[in-house]
Amino acid sequence: MLEATVKMSNKEKFLSHFGMIDFSHDKEAFSAKRRAAEEKIEALEFPTSKTEYWKYTRINKLIREEYQLGPKELDSQIDLSVPSKNCLVFVNGYFIEELSWREAETGIAFMPLSEAKAKEESLQKHFDSLSKKEEIFSMINTAFHQDGAYLKIGKGKAATSVYYILNISAGEQPMSNPRNFIHAEAGSSAKVVMKHISANEGHSFTNQLSEIVVEKDANLEINKLQTENDQAYQVSNDEVQQAASSLFKMNTISLGGALVRNNLNLDLQGSHIESWMNGLSLLDHQQHIDHHTLIHHREPDCVSHELYKTVADDASTGVFNGKVYVHPIAQKTNAYQSNANMVLTDEASVYSKPELEIYADDVKCSHGSTTGQMDEEAIFYLRSRGIGRKKARAVLLNAFLTDLVEQIGVEHLREEVQAIIDKKYAGVV
Amino acid sequence: MLKIKNLHASIEETEILKGIDLEVKAGEVHAIMGPNGSGKSTLSSVLAGRDEYEVTAGSVDFLGEDLLDLEAEDRARAGIFLAFQYPVEIPGVSNINFLKTAINEIREKRGEKEIAAKDFLARVKEKSKLVGLEGKFNNRSVNEGFSGGEKKRNEIFQMAMLEPKLAILDETDSGLDIDALKVVSEGVNKLKSPDNATIVITHYQRLLDYIVPDFVHVLANGKIVKTGGKELALELEEKGYDWIKQEAVKA
Repeated sequence: MLEATVKMSNKEKFLSHFGMIDFSHDKEAFSAKRRAAEEKIEALEFPTSKTEYWKYTRINKLIREEYQLGPKELDSQIDLSVPSKNCLVFVNGYFIEELSWREAETGIAFMPLSEAKAKEESLQKHFDSLSKKEEIFSMINTAFHQDGAYLKIGKGKAATSVYYILNISAGEQPMSNPRNFIHAEAGSSAKVVMKHISANEGHSFTNQLSEIVVEKDANLEINKLQTENDQAYQVSNDEVQQAASSLFKMNTISLGGALVRNNLNLDLQGSHIESWMNGLSLLDHQQHIDHHTLIHHREPDCVSHELYKTVADDASTGVFNGKVYVHPIAQKTNAYQSNANMVLTDEASVYSKPELEIYADDVKCSHGSTTGQMDEEAIFYLRSRGIGRKKARAVLLNAFLTDLVEQIGVEHLREEVQAIIDKKYAGVV
Repeated sequence: MLKIKNLHASIEETEILKGIDLEVKAGEVHAIMGPNGSGKSTLSSVLAGRDEYEVTAGSVDFLGEDLLDLEAEDRARAGIFLAFQYPVEIPGVSNINFLKTAINEIREKRGEKEIAAKDFLARVKEKSKLVGLEGKFNNRSVNEGFSGGEKKRNEIFQMAMLEPKLAILDETDSGLDIDALKVVSEGVNKLKSPDNATIVITHYQRLLDYIVPDFVHVLANGKIVKTGGKELALELEEKGYDWIKQEAVKA
């Protein structure tokens, strides 16, 4: 018996955590997608340090950790108040009706994915069409997701409410696979806030996937705020498809988590599209946050803007890898990418890798990457005017981050982020 | 107000100041002149509290306090103002917020309340006129993209806003055309009072046509080698610095 025990591989052990989830409520069309994903997983392996896409982010500690499916309830009191009439709350990936509230707007569907799978006809067609079939975490999410948010803004509808999606990790060593589907139909507009919060201490793993469809002339802003505890792990895949003349903006604000990997992929399938990808990361202690972005310019006359900034304190590590791919017919593309990093200590580090692949000849593409320390001359200048050293640092950090804070189109969130910055660096301008 | 005694200072083990003695009283204007490398800028840096310089001997007393014991920000709060030779550009920080933060930090340390928005704006309006700015720089980032003349005018504007007891103007004339020089000098002259004092550090005599000093000190090789009235500046302009150096060597 002892000798006969076969040692499970890391992958098998990791996947064994999901064995007991009951997915029988899914319609056959969705179950089939789960089975297809499970088959994909068979042939996929977790990335290693040799995998180029994961070069700066070792996930060994993430996959070797012991996890369990967390409880479907909150065992501690945390502040869930958000200034909105619409908020869906998920605990460890499960929808919690009694913590959520909704006030329906006509033409807008906002419900847990589990409900949408039963009710929303169009979801069958679109669901899992954007996920990357060769990416193991995406396939794990497709195979094992419990629930998530579904938001559809109907044709020509302008949402008046901001739509909040709260994902909370609770209990001991929980693991979850939240799955969101956001669909902005032609000519619609909306703003969304996704928050990731820990209600626990210790490790957790959140493997999130969002599919985001932005149709012709639609305007969608998503703000993602990552404020999990300092032992939380997260892998997040956001797959965005944009049609002609649409505008999409993603603001990723990364404050918490021990190891966070964000993959943001934009696919621009029409002309006259505008895209914004913004990232603000404030790191300390041993935090490791990795942003990978990819944007495909497939048609002419589109504009993309990308601005990522990281402040790395203590022994933290930031990674930025931004790839812009301009296809041969995508003439008159304007693609701007900027990555600026401030490293506050000798132990902190930031890796920055812009990649441009341009196959059209009439384009304007630029990228800039700067990494530096705080400007000591500027600090002395401020001090010589009576401003204390600590405040001087706060003034300079605020100045460094202000253009990103201004990108947040939800006023309450903008104020919240500003307050976090002020508190973190103990100063206000 | 300021008493410097036998001040020695080094940077990276090289001694630059080799025993400076200087006393400045309220209401006085002192000019410190000297050739390049004589230690003029080191003196202003040491007084303003730059960390790179090590004071190896001597003392500086400012209004009864040991100045060398204070951090740079505490010196500013005590009433010392350095107008930089090369003002620093600070992108993303508006001139107006910068000044408001500075004034309120100084007030807080003195146990005073924050300045009222109305009073602050009135002060900005009044003081910016002194240097012909009329609020022009308020919402621009500190010194960012300013011309050389604009930067120097901004220094004097800040000085007017902070109302220091002792202002040290470090090569304020460098990079200024004659019109800007007049504007800056007039600003400094208008701020002069029986209660404050000014040290003007310069290589050339021309600034002293506009800011007339009570005393002129010549700095050479880390020491004050000659002190006189305003006529000494004219003599230097005519004869250069060599005769002073020779005199110093003979002595």
